[in-house]
Amino acid sequence: MHIEYLVKMTNEIATFFASESTPAEAPREVASHLTKFWDPRMRREIIAYGQQGGAGLSDLARSAVKLLAMPAPR
Amino acid sequence: MYAIGYHDAGTPASVSTKSVRVEIDGQSVQVPEGTSILRAASEAGVSVPKLCATDTLKSFGSCRLCLVEIEGRKGYPASCTTQVADGMKIRTQSPKLSELRHGVMELYISDHPLDCVTCPANGHCELQNMAEVCGVTETRYGLAGEKHAGLEKDQTNPYFVFDPNMCIACSRCVRACDETQGTLALTMAGRGFESKISASQDQDFIDSECVSCGACVEACPTAALSETTLAAQGQPTRSVATTCAYCGVGCAFNAEIKDGPKGAEVVRMAPNRDGHANHGHACVKGRFAFGYATHPDRVTKPMIRKRISDPWSEVSWDEAIGYAAREFKRIQAEYGKYSVGGITSSRCTNEETFLVQKLVRAAFANNNVDTCARVCHSPTGYGLKHTLGESAGTQEFDSVMQADVIMVIGANPTEGHPVFASQMKRRLRQGAKLIILDPRAIGLVRAPHIEADYHLPLRPGTNVALINALAHVVVTEGLTRDAYIAERCEAASYAKWKSFIADPANSPETTETATGVPAALVRAAARLFAGANNGAIYYGLGVTEHSQGSTMVMGIANLAMATGNLGRAGVGVSPLRGQNNVQGACDMGSFPHEFSGYRHVSDTTVRRLFESAWHVPLESEPGLRIPNMFDAALDGSFRGMYIQGEDLAQSDPNTNHVVAALTALECLVVQDLFLNETAKYAHVFLPGSSFLEKDGTFTNAERRISRVRKAIEPLAGLQDWEVTMKLSQALGYEMNYRHPSEIMDEIARLTPTFTGVSYEKLERLGSIQWPCNDAAPDGTPTMHVSQFVRGKGKFYVTEYVPTDERTSSRFPLILTTGRVLSQYNVGAQTRRTANNRWHDEDRLEIHPHDAESRGIREHEWVGISSRAGDTVMRATLTERVQPGVVYTTFHFPESGANVVTTDNSDWATNCPEYKVTAVQVALVSQPETWRARSMAARQRPRVTETQ
Repeated sequence: MHIEYLVKMTNEIATFFASESTPAEAPREVASHLTKFWDPRMRREIIAYGQQGGAGLSDLARSAVKLLAMPAPR
Repeated sequence: MYAIGYHDAGTPASVSTKSVRVEIDGQSVQVPEGTSILRAASEAGVSVPKLCATDTLKSFGSCRLCLVEIEGRKGYPASCTTQVADGMKIRTQSPKLSELRHGVMELYISDHPLDCVTCPANGHCELQNMAEVCGVTETRYGLAGEKHAGLEKDQTNPYFVFDPNMCIACSRCVRACDETQGTLALTMAGRGFESKISASQDQDFIDSECVSCGACVEACPTAALSETTLAAQGQPTRSVATTCAYCGVGCAFNAEIKDGPKGAEVVRMAPNRDGHANHGHACVKGRFAFGYATHPDRVTKPMIRKRISDPWSEVSWDEAIGYAAREFKRIQAEYGKYSVGGITSSRCTNEETFLVQKLVRAAFANNNVDTCARVCHSPTGYGLKHTLGESAGTQEFDSVMQADVIMVIGANPTEGHPVFASQMKRRLRQGAKLIILDPRAIGLVRAPHIEADYHLPLRPGTNVALINALAHVVVTEGLTRDAYIAERCEAASYAKWKSFIADPANSPETTETATGVPAALVRAAARLFAGANNGAIYYGLGVTEHSQGSTMVMGIANLAMATGNLGRAGVGVSPLRGQNNVQGACDMGSFPHEFSGYRHVSDTTVRRLFESAWHVPLESEPGLRIPNMFDAALDGSFRGMYIQGEDLAQSDPNTNHVVAALTALECLVVQDLFLNETAKYAHVFLPGSSFLEKDGTFTNAERRISRVRKAIEPLAGLQDWEVTMKLSQALGYEMNYRHPSEIMDEIARLTPTFTGVSYEKLERLGSIQWPCNDAAPDGTPTMHVSQFVRGKGKFYVTEYVPTDERTSSRFPLILTTGRVLSQYNVGAQTRRTANNRWHDEDRLEIHPHDAESRGIREHEWVGISSRAGDTVMRATLTERVQPGVVYTTFHFPESGANVVTTDNSDWATNCPEYKVTAVQVALVSQPETWRARSMAARQRPRVTETQ
């Protein structure tokens, strides 16, 4: 996967939820979208990229990727 | 000529709910008020002679053959133009009536060729039949006198012939063009003996405004207008009811067949007058362009090759399928189970798409399945599901007849959905208002007897800004339907949206800078729409194929909810689906994240249901979408692909990228009618079967499930669902269906919106609109009637975000794409028909100002360059496009329209942004050099992407 595409897509998703959701809800909404619609290998790559600093990710996208890296609640 | 076995009732049915009782030839009959005597007689089983009357057209009263006697009234009125009245006593037979009819028929016959035996309509000619009914075997006028004889036939149209010698001047063709098609291309020129049918200004049919829908041909009672196939193949002897395989209107047809020494041959496609989607109408594609099914290009033998540079080897079905299965298993063993996937087709049946996604989920054991709806209407699914609760249009087509204001956004119905466009035009001629949001001046902006009240010619890529501006006017001018919103919608989401949309940033005055649409025009259009009793929105790919496609769909739903325009006939949000079974392919679980009925794969209850039915564990994580598959192919984690009925190499954006990805695959299996562009990169080719060769169902844009029935035997011996079944078996996962009805039974068992659907019910009802279940046993024409599927409708904040695809000094123009009437999508079918007579190449439409500044003249070759690639085509100078915008179609692979489109896509669904590409256009002196360069780039893997 081209990480620049994944970054671009994550930022675009974040842009939508930045206006649609409250600042508190938005990271969860973005993370939820990635969980629902992205293949796990894409999520793994963006998580790994985020853990390396996530250059190019918007603040909201970076927050969402951090949430994505956390284990799902049981 | 009528469809085989059709009984014409003479005049259209009355829709009155009041009844009257009359007596016809001593027989009492009760009919709706407003019914003609002719139709009442027909319903009583009494046949009244007629020529100018037919039940799809308003009564005309010109032939004077349907005369009757009415007790207490003088004279012999025409029964087609005389309505029944309670207690009326009518005689259809008497010596005087016989005498009158005999006289009329003598006059007709005296000026008609008497070569019935060699006439293509022989045996089905209404004039011939009426002569027999009236007992006319000769005329008292002899053979002397002036006749319409020796006149030149018009054979310019590839599908039908106009023979003026056969014409009886009944005007049925003229009226069909006016009333049924709405093109008004035909007229009765001259008067008296000089009367003659004229196409446009006395032009040949091919050069006239005629759109070759064939309504005139079907309406003709003689052989004055007749299909060329009737003369070439002879008359059909039987028919099979089926559904068209072109656009998302899903017209019902009777495939009329002649059995001969070479087997069954389709002679005609006659639209079914009982068809719920088309009511007997058709277009040039559905009615005439079916010859591709038997085109010599059809590949009917399975083929394999080890490398894509090797020549193909024809092999048996077992060998081809065995090879494909071994390769998929090898790849999964080597690279993991997620390294393969499949693509379902919106051109195939529900049953076939269901089986392909089942094969991927159960036999491949992953969720790497996607469908071509990814690149067209996936934002519709996302947007409507989130706002309203269901991923589908809300109305039936007939709903448009109750609309007062029609808003068409990013759709071109007269080209893309012509039969529905005819119905819409009928409503517009009755007085409904029309608002069009489109960068181009599409045909509906100004057509005979139709003119859009408002055309908002926005700049491509600014849809969301414009829909927000319309909603801003509705909200700030107090035009919202507050009681509806309070009852039907989520209060919190509405309050939030209302505050957002009322912000001056969304006003027409502010957004005008981005959209280019004058604020006053936006305000006027918004007021018109909001003030309508019934406001209906129809949209197409001009909405979805954008970086904000899903946002725009939500914006449309917001506007419909705010104006109270959902949940009854005459209103609604209706996506016009591009292909015949886009809706169905989506319904059947073709997306990587959901099972049939739009239920997410992570839903444990749903997954257990499927695991129990399919006897395998299923993945709970979404799989790859088509563009993700390409990227994964290039990074080496995706190596094998099974594609049924889709030509990714031509239809998907950024062709160079697609080709690089396909080239990187170790096993590509293509199942198709033809060796398409994608097959150039395939290792296994499995011959497909056309819609004429198989059983199944299609679901059209109004959620209508209709039967597809086998009319001829599959040319390659197997129907597509049988091929998928064999592949699954070879992969080690058993599928054993004896008929597609068994697949539908399984779909019904597993899908809540389909639980009431069965082939038996389809036979009984003709078609069914889902949801069809215990709550709606006969289906659901209008959705969200008492409440939205999700409960309360949800407004979403739809902030306008300009696309990343910007113009620059290097790429100063915006390219947008679309379709033409005569061709269909990538042209695989229509390019192999005589439809090429109307459109044999893709052209670049450019505004005369932009052309002049570049020194480009009409028909000259121009190079088109974008950030993704280059291509070359000829220019058409037209003011249909606005300055700064160019437009083309993508029906021909050699034009490479998608070589220049980019990887940008909708934020939510990855639907490509086909509609906005920044380009430069330049005059080209050596087009072949440009084309060769473009083709070479397509063949060359992108080194930067594979490193």
